[in-house]
Amino acid sequence: MMQAIEVSGVGLTLGDHRFGFDLVVPAGAFVAVTGPSGAGKSTLFNILAGFEAPDEGRVLIGGQDMASVPPGKRPVSLVFQDNNLFAHLDIFTNVALGVSPSLRLDTVGRAAVSSALSRVGLSGFEKRMPGTLSGGERQRAAFARALVRKRPIMLLDEPFAALDPELRHQMGDLLGALHRDEGFTVLMITHDRDEARRLADRFILVEAGHVAAQGAIADLPVPQGG
Amino acid sequence: MRPQRGMTGERMGGALALAFILGFVALALVPLLRFGSAGGLDAQIVGVLKFTLLQASLSTLLSVVFGAVVALSVARRPQLVGRVWLLRFMAAPMGLPALAAAFGVLAVWGREGVFNSVLSFFGVATKFNVYGMTGILVAHTFFNIPLAARLFTAALDRFPPTYWKLAANLGLGRVSLFRLVEGPALMAALPGVAGLIFMLCATSFTLVLTLGGGPAATTLEVAIYQALKFDFEPGRAVFLVLVQVVLTGLVLLFLAAFPTPAEERAQQGAGIRRFDGGSLVSKVWDGAVILVFLIFCGAPFVAILVDGLRADFPHLLADPLFWRALSTSAALGLSAGLLALILSWLIAVARISTASRVFAGGLDAGGSLILLTPPIVLSTGWFLWLKGGGGFAPYVLVAVINALMALPFSLRVLQPAVLSHFERTRRLSQSLGLTGFQRLRIIDAPALSRPLLMAFFFALALSLGDLGAVALFGGEGFVTLPWLIYARLGSYRTTDAAALTLILAAVCMAFAVLGTPSDRRQGEAGR
Repeated sequence: MMQAIEVSGVGLTLGDHRFGFDLVVPAGAFVAVTGPSGAGKSTLFNILAGFEAPDEGRVLIGGQDMASVPPGKRPVSLVFQDNNLFAHLDIFTNVALGVSPSLRLDTVGRAAVSSALSRVGLSGFEKRMPGTLSGGERQRAAFARALVRKRPIMLLDEPFAALDPELRHQMGDLLGALHRDEGFTVLMITHDRDEARRLADRFILVEAGHVAAQGAIADLPVPQGG
Repeated sequence: MRPQRGMTGERMGGALALAFILGFVALALVPLLRFGSAGGLDAQIVGVLKFTLLQASLSTLLSVVFGAVVALSVARRPQLVGRVWLLRFMAAPMGLPALAAAFGVLAVWGREGVFNSVLSFFGVATKFNVYGMTGILVAHTFFNIPLAARLFTAALDRFPPTYWKLAANLGLGRVSLFRLVEGPALMAALPGVAGLIFMLCATSFTLVLTLGGGPAATTLEVAIYQALKFDFEPGRAVFLVLVQVVLTGLVLLFLAAFPTPAEERAQQGAGIRRFDGGSLVSKVWDGAVILVFLIFCGAPFVAILVDGLRADFPHLLADPLFWRALSTSAALGLSAGLLALILSWLIAVARISTASRVFAGGLDAGGSLILLTPPIVLSTGWFLWLKGGGGFAPYVLVAVINALMALPFSLRVLQPAVLSHFERTRRLSQSLGLTGFQRLRIIDAPALSRPLLMAFFFALALSLGDLGAVALFGGEGFVTLPWLIYARLGSYRTTDAAALTLILAAVCMAFAVLGTPSDRRQGEAGR
């Protein structure tokens, strides 16, 4: 099977922290990225998304070396815990940015935005401002934007952490469905091991700036001492 | 917070402070109304009004445009070395007395100034003439470009850090980023920033007086002063005062419709990172913008320092008039500081103790009444009362006016501090039976000493550097440091003026720093 992501011998020093990453992610996988706070999960995402340039090593995404590829040209979409939408732009515009960063949309583009919104259950929200939506609805809009961008890889940095447990479950189901239907490769940072087991088929465990383990979700180690 | 019984003392104090302010302002207005305004909108007054509005509009436009350009560059460089100091520097002109700034502007842009030396070095024969509209604009932009830049930078820095990541990930180009992210932030801050700057420029007195240089470049404030001081036409002055109050009233109404521009930044744990400034063109542009900004706003400071250090200090220190001016200024400043401290304390405490909306609104209005009736209006009224004499009274008046000028600012610092302090301690003090002076001494004074001292120092700095309230009363018998500088500048004794300016600027800046909330939080976010 083709690898969606190959990170080999990547090293990076930020202040006093030293990071080193080696990992592979098969295309179409749903990977739960876990590990203690401050271990380097977000740094790993920053390297993949192009926000940090590694001091050494290689990052291949879809078989292509990312060294000289700027963040906007990388085949990845991002969803954070919150502030995924520009608060001063309406929902349509926020999602439309995924079709065209200069907002030049033809009828096909507009239709794509509307259908993505309805796919995540936000039909009719086009003219609403992000501030008038609930936290869950805002994350749905962020997923809609990831849908219209059609980038093969989704990097989700604790996307449900700000939501209450029931909503979290629903959003997890939505994400699982999107993953099945669209065939994205998904990397999701999560502290919730149950969630990881429920949604993901693989895991990456990051500890002290390194990948401590990776593999099938069934092999996700049980943390010592809870 | 829910007001409670047993707080009558606090409300009484506030009522007293309010009565004092209203009485002081009302008494100033009585002679104005009694004199009645003579003349109407004759051609000259229309000219003055037009010039006032034109210079204020142009000053605002230039300040806002260049302030935004600087802010975009500074905000794009969150990791810039010395960024905290750059932001502090943007606050520096505000601490500089207007008269010192006028001196600095003249030293750089005046006839014998640095700029003309540079021109002649490059063989340009024509001399740059700073007096008139040009000088007013240069001085106003010197003060207000940094102000606008600071407020706009804060507006841009307040975005969540994820915005810049998303913008980079979505591939927003330079134009899209400005149109969709930076632009809206600037536009949201614009009315508040522009209104504030327009207000400052429309009521600016000292800069127009010193740099206007003639009847062609006179604003309402200066025209009032001239009508009283030189032409002695009280009726005309009263009419100009009415026009002035209507103008400031309109600007205040406009400002009230928009939120006060906030200076603080969002408390994001992680520092901001920007991903859009990597190209060489962008680095060169931002570097050039920040450098030009530093030169434009730094040059007057350097000029004040260099000219001041070259001046004849021993000669100045031997002059008894200097010592008289210094002691008068010190006495005025201390009185104004103390009065500002007391008034803002009484107002702030009463403000949180009252359940009456009318009273609360009255306290708010009283605290910022000086914005509606600027110093020149109040001093005009009192000047007419006293008919130019009055013995000791002018000293008291100037101190009171200076204190009132500081109130809107000191209340902005003190009010939130008082609110949170009382929320924390009220129940405990009550349960311990601590009331009145005992509570003030044991509980309130220690906890609130910092904001109280800030109010004191702010008013002190403002009073030391002020020429507006003194201008009408100043003369042989009533000499303050700014008045002395103004007189020395007028008689072309510039080396004395240079030394005095350096002393005044240094003292005022020092007190202004003590009177400004620390920006430690900005420092952390800026690293």
